[in-house]
Amino acid sequence: MSILKMTDVHAGYGGANILNGVNMEIGAHEIGVIVGPNGAGKSTSLKALFGLLTVSEGSVVFDGKDVTNAKPENLVRGGLSFVPQEFNVFPAMTVRENLEMGAYVRKDDYRHLIEKMFEYFPPLRDKQKQPAGELSGGQRQMVAIGRALMMEPKLLLLDEPTAGLSPRYMGEIFERVIAINASGVGILMVEQNARQALAIAHKGFVLAGGRNSFTDTGQALLDNPEVAESFLGGGAKH
Amino acid sequence: MEQVGFLSAMPINEIVFFINKVVVAGLIIGSVYALGAVGLTLVWGILRFANFAHGDLMTLGAFIAFVLTMVMPGLGAAVGLPTAFVVMPIAMAITALITIGLDKAFYQPLRKTNPKPITLVIASFGVMLMLQGLIRLIWGTAPRNMYVTPKEIYRIPFAGKDIIITEPQLLLIVVTVVAIVALHLFLTRSRTGKAMRAMSDNADLARISGISTDKVVRTTWIIAGSLAAAAGTLLAMDVSLKPDLSFNILIPIVAAMIVGGIGQPYGAISGGLLVGFTETVAVFNWSILLRPLKPHLPDWIELPASIAFVPTEYKIVVPFVILVAVLIWRPNGIFKGKVL
Ligand SMILES: Nc1ncnc2c1ncn2[C@@H]1O[C@H](COP(=O)(O)OP(=O)(O)O)[C@@H](O)[C@H]1O
Ligand SMILES: [Mg+2]
Repeated sequence: MSILKMTDVHAGYGGANILNGVNMEIGAHEIGVIVGPNGAGKSTSLKALFGLLTVSEGSVVFDGKDVTNAKPENLVRGGLSFVPQEFNVFPAMTVRENLEMGAYVRKDDYRHLIEKMFEYFPPLRDKQKQPAGELSGGQRQMVAIGRALMMEPKLLLLDEPTAGLSPRYMGEIFERVIAINASGVGILMVEQNARQALAIAHKGFVLAGGRNSFTDTGQALLDNPEVAESFLGGGAKH
Repeated sequence: MEQVGFLSAMPINEIVFFINKVVVAGLIIGSVYALGAVGLTLVWGILRFANFAHGDLMTLGAFIAFVLTMVMPGLGAAVGLPTAFVVMPIAMAITALITIGLDKAFYQPLRKTNPKPITLVIASFGVMLMLQGLIRLIWGTAPRNMYVTPKEIYRIPFAGKDIIITEPQLLLIVVTVVAIVALHLFLTRSRTGKAMRAMSDNADLARISGISTDKVVRTTWIIAGSLAAAAGTLLAMDVSLKPDLSFNILIPIVAAMIVGGIGQPYGAISGGLLVGFTETVAVFNWSILLRPLKPHLPDWIELPASIAFVPTEYKIVVPFVILVAVLIWRPNGIFKGKVL
């Protein structure tokens, strides 16, 4: 059964539509990866499915329920978490408070989850009382992902989690993403490092001009010479 | 040689005069500014506009306390506190409700249109003028006394002299301290308080985290409105109640907010005290403190009757001077506020 199904989604920022028919479907516990050139509408797709933009046409079904244009608050409660591309931490709040804000809608005792985040991201443990804005880029990204995981989501949306990171942190984040997925959380991720990302993807979506150019399994997209030519910078490599 | 005691060698009269005129007075007006600026800065942190109607919320709160005092004048005597102070919590609650009503009627519909901050500022200017008109229409312009019985005056003996502080001044200091501690605990310990800081820090991420931004906005107005009513009531008890009670202190309050760092509650408190003290020091007449030196000065030096940094009539420039001075030193304010 699929956890997420976007069908023919059209959306924009008030002016002309940016998305002109985006289709995506991923199964529960799968990793989906969105790649495509700058300005293709990758971030816009995530915002539209998270209820931050008005979907003017098409539908979003999450976990069996139609959530087209649902409020973010309700999506969070339903098990969808989102890590935006930029400004994804509360810079003046401590690392621990950032994690607490991720659990804002929870009514139960979530302290064990904070502990779990420190196990996922060990560098954060010693920094838990520091304002998140003072951390390095890689550690900020860990806080951002940790905050989103505090709801124990069924599906985690990640917008370019490795953008601007050093190769060391990039590898670490990819490793974490795989571990998070292995623990049963579905992932839908936008990535610039298309080859690396598609290699771990169950489903891949190549967007261009606000619609799907290619949709297939991650491996099939890597093997597709046309995709390699236009979007992965050169012929298929193995 | 005669033995001269340490204390008798000190110009006690002048020191006590200085404590009364500068330390006490600065603390009083600084507390009023601090209570006002905290509300203003919280609203800015959450809604990103300077609410010019904030000063008149203080006046409105004071008038509500005045009406309640007139309705139940005997209430205070029963508990041994001024009636206006006893009814103050009710005035704070009513003002908070009115503040939420003003938001629903004027600011919330504008927010839906994704306005530029200046649009909201202009709207708040309109609300300010409306409140000023309504207050004059309902209560007239004559000054009112918030006290049904004579004011208590406390004399604290100090080296044979008295430091004088009135009951409303003492209450103002107590309320300010309590409000600061309560606000600190609220912002750092409670779920809603943390959500407020989160929204002030990054409103989009707060929404993405599932924080109900409507609830945070409402809480912010409640805190701002009730603190404004408390500051207005206590100020009116200290001086007297007039429709222009707090319009005149809007400028120092705005200065206090900016000096402290916009959107920073602790900054607003320190900014309020800083502006209050500087104002008091600036208009203080130093001539009286120099009097003891007179016998030691050569004859040709005459002490003028008044030596103040700033004549009282020009007091209003002081907040601007502090503003410029602090912003040159720290462009984002003492507590590093948000860039406008
Ligand atoms: N907040 C916004 N307001 C208006 N247009 C936007 C906004 N954000 C992005 N866009 C436009 O939408 C298009 C797609 O942007 P985006 O989804 O961010 O691309 P990307 O695929 O690089 O993530 C771009 O043309 C961009 O200019
Ligand atoms: Mg993007």
